[in-house]
Amino acid sequence: MESSVLVIAIFVLGIIAFVVGRSRSVAISQNVGGIRFLNSLPFYYGALTALWCAIPSFLVFAVWSLFDDTIIRSTIIATLPAEAADSVGGNLNLLFNQIYNVSVGAAGSDSAPDYMVAAAQHLHSLQAISRWALTGLVLACALSTSIVVWSKINPQLKARYQVERVFRSFLFLCSSLAILTTIGIVVSVLFESIRFFSMVSPVDFLFGLEWSPQMAIRADQEGSSGSFGAIPLFTGTLLIALIALIIAVPCGLMTAIFLSEYASSRIRDIIKPMLEVLAGIPTVVYGFFAALTVAPFIRDMGLNIGLDQWLPISSESALAAGLVMGVMIIPFVSSLSDDVINAVPQSLRDGALGLGSTRSEVIKQVVIPAALPGIVGGVLLAASRAIGETMIVVMAAGLAANLTLNPLDSVTTVTVQIVTLLVGDQEFDSPKTLAAFALGLMLFLVTLSLNYFALHIVKKYREQYD
Amino acid sequence: MTSPNNSKPLSKQAALVQKNLAKRYASERRFKAYGLASVLFGLCALLVLFVEIFGGGLGGFKTTQVALTLELDSDVLEVYDATNPDEILSGNYTGVIRNALKERFPDAAGRKEKRALYSMISVGATYDLRDQLAKDPDLLDTSIDVWVLADDDVDTYYKSLSSVPYAERMSDKQQQWVQNLIDQQEIRTIFNTRFFTGGDSSEPEMAGIRGAIMGSLLTMMVTLLLSFPVGVAAAIYLEEYAPKNRLTDFVEVNINNLAAVPSIIFGLLGLAIFINLFEMPRSIPLVGGIVLTLMTLPTIIISSRAAVKAVPPSIREAALGIGASKMQMILHHVLPLAMPGMLTGAIIGMAQALGETAPLLMIGMVAFIMDVPGAINDPATVMPVQIFLWSDSPERAFVEKTSAAIMVLLMFLMFMNAMAVLLRKRLERRW
Repeated sequence: MESSVLVIAIFVLGIIAFVVGRSRSVAISQNVGGIRFLNSLPFYYGALTALWCAIPSFLVFAVWSLFDDTIIRSTIIATLPAEAADSVGGNLNLLFNQIYNVSVGAAGSDSAPDYMVAAAQHLHSLQAISRWALTGLVLACALSTSIVVWSKINPQLKARYQVERVFRSFLFLCSSLAILTTIGIVVSVLFESIRFFSMVSPVDFLFGLEWSPQMAIRADQEGSSGSFGAIPLFTGTLLIALIALIIAVPCGLMTAIFLSEYASSRIRDIIKPMLEVLAGIPTVVYGFFAALTVAPFIRDMGLNIGLDQWLPISSESALAAGLVMGVMIIPFVSSLSDDVINAVPQSLRDGALGLGSTRSEVIKQVVIPAALPGIVGGVLLAASRAIGETMIVVMAAGLAANLTLNPLDSVTTVTVQIVTLLVGDQEFDSPKTLAAFALGLMLFLVTLSLNYFALHIVKKYREQYD
Repeated sequence: MTSPNNSKPLSKQAALVQKNLAKRYASERRFKAYGLASVLFGLCALLVLFVEIFGGGLGGFKTTQVALTLELDSDVLEVYDATNPDEILSGNYTGVIRNALKERFPDAAGRKEKRALYSMISVGATYDLRDQLAKDPDLLDTSIDVWVLADDDVDTYYKSLSSVPYAERMSDKQQQWVQNLIDQQEIRTIFNTRFFTGGDSSEPEMAGIRGAIMGSLLTMMVTLLLSFPVGVAAAIYLEEYAPKNRLTDFVEVNINNLAAVPSIIFGLLGLAIFINLFEMPRSIPLVGGIVLTLMTLPTIIISSRAAVKAVPPSIREAALGIGASKMQMILHHVLPLAMPGMLTGAIIGMAQALGETAPLLMIGMVAFIMDVPGAINDPATVMPVQIFLWSDSPERAFVEKTSAAIMVLLMFLMFMNAMAVLLRKRLERRW
């Protein structure tokens, strides 16, 4: 049976088990004087039977599907003659893929050597056996467990208690997915990074001034020190993030102040959703806008006022990417600042106003100092966003790893390099691919610590006025 | 406030205050102006962005056609039985169109000019002709007047004639021919249905977003089916069951941090775990949906928790008081009451996932795929990635296609956000 059919079969069996379990509890209750003499409602007896029917068989199914490919693969490879491994230079994965292609009758399978045809037939039979064995096992498991539960149904069975325990465990599993995701990120990024650092020294990576991973394709260059120096990427990332923050922080903060302290509620109701549209626009749209409109505009302006005599001007500039990214972050900063400004108690404002301050003096000398920790937290979160932003810089910032602080020149960032190194076919044993994971690790660590500090500060700040 | 020439002399402090007052009011006005300026800056940026996209994208919904008289000669076509699918498939439609072009513009002399002439009609025209013949076999050996699809260079040039002509890829001769067609009214632009019914193509005039829309729908379906139940369950656990201990704190810290982790990191996770470790195929909506699920889950959990929190404790106590179990209390009372808030959060999370590009690049959804995907394990691309791919293409005609695709994507997003707002308005309850 196909695995999707099998999953549906488990599901259908579960429903049947529910109906059967429920009706049995109702039937039993007739002997003792009605369902009010049952420990739980009939629904729970049905649910218990269904859970026992579906969960164990589904686990069997999952474990089997996870391992059967590996087992079949190693069986096939173990039975191959020695010359087979030599023919592909010991690359067993390649060999197995060839066998697989023969077995599904892909192009060129007619000319395959005899041992390969035999192995392909062997593979076919093993796959068939595995499929049928799995079907049998799953169905047997589903039937046996549900029959056991079915036979145990009696008025004293605490069905509700057990069902609720399963329900609670399910909820717990779902919430622990967040931990699993974090672990998954750390493990996936960390392992590949460790492999990378076994080829390229971390010192060269962190402090090297030259980034040219393309050269690593040549055999004599592979893993050579100097071509994986990430400093140009870090400076490029920081330059663009800085430009973005210079735009977004004052603008976002002043927007929040204007809307919460000056604007009438009617104006606020119109303008706030309009600014939130900015936050909802996909980053790829901003990237298109930056590359097509803003970058040429900045370049032409730079050329028109003759800046190119002193500075190199590129058509893909850090300024264009940073500017557009700043616009994107404005609503983010403004909504965070809005939250913290509103959290400042009204009594502080009233006190300052009562002493004769103007509104701007209240804001500048009372509200902002009181809200400062929250604002700093918001700025840190915005910085983490700017550093991790990908599409705008991929489309507008370019690929040249220039070590420069000139905002009109083309720079590259960590995220751009991750995308360029990983899009397309990769081999997971070349430093070029693994470098992307090392960059990902840096990005994760930096954004994680920024987020952690920011959330910590904001939380502390909230508690202060609660 | 008294004026300075009042009878009573001011005290020293009052005079000082009076002197500063003008300055303070000026600074007040300045401060307010800064605020207004930054609001206006944001709104201007929004306006410029929309004008730029919508101004450039409207052309993408139109396509240029040229009127030709085609002789469906069976000897040229090498199709003798138009009911035979094999013969129809292998017919020489290019020859028919080329003959018609030669007939229409006899002044094309020499190989170079002829090639320039032939290049003015899209290869898509041959497919249209084939479909037409397959549908109506009686057309064989007749002469038909049809509008055929023009090449993207002609399309761009013709559309640009009304403003600034863009003729970089058009020779003088070709421009003359287009002028001739205009004079004879044998060239027109019509609504581009192919844009909505076709898959991706390397020819801009034939490229459509149907494949990307389907890919997005399939990916969103996977994301919604996985992230909504899991997100709601996690939110209920954290709000209703979780004991106050370190594990719960750790879960909360994790969720808050994941909400702020850059999306590309989730792409790395998907690449390393699902593609590399589990050996799932690349470019399929299933993997894309799982990765986007992990990315949107924190958003959904956070908004669902807020919704659960908003249900007043009195409802829980009432349910428990009349003998409901905790699960009954949650499933029968808390969940239905919190559902509107949860749905709003889910829609916002989905809108976020719909616009996401970077993690999908990592798991190979950038491949050039012409077919429209039909299942969650067909190779597919999604709308933002399609926009990224087109914006990277050198052909100028793809610029307006990109803008048009962005308009479609923004329509979807606005629709989703409007739905979220509506849902909140309609179902919101004040206790």
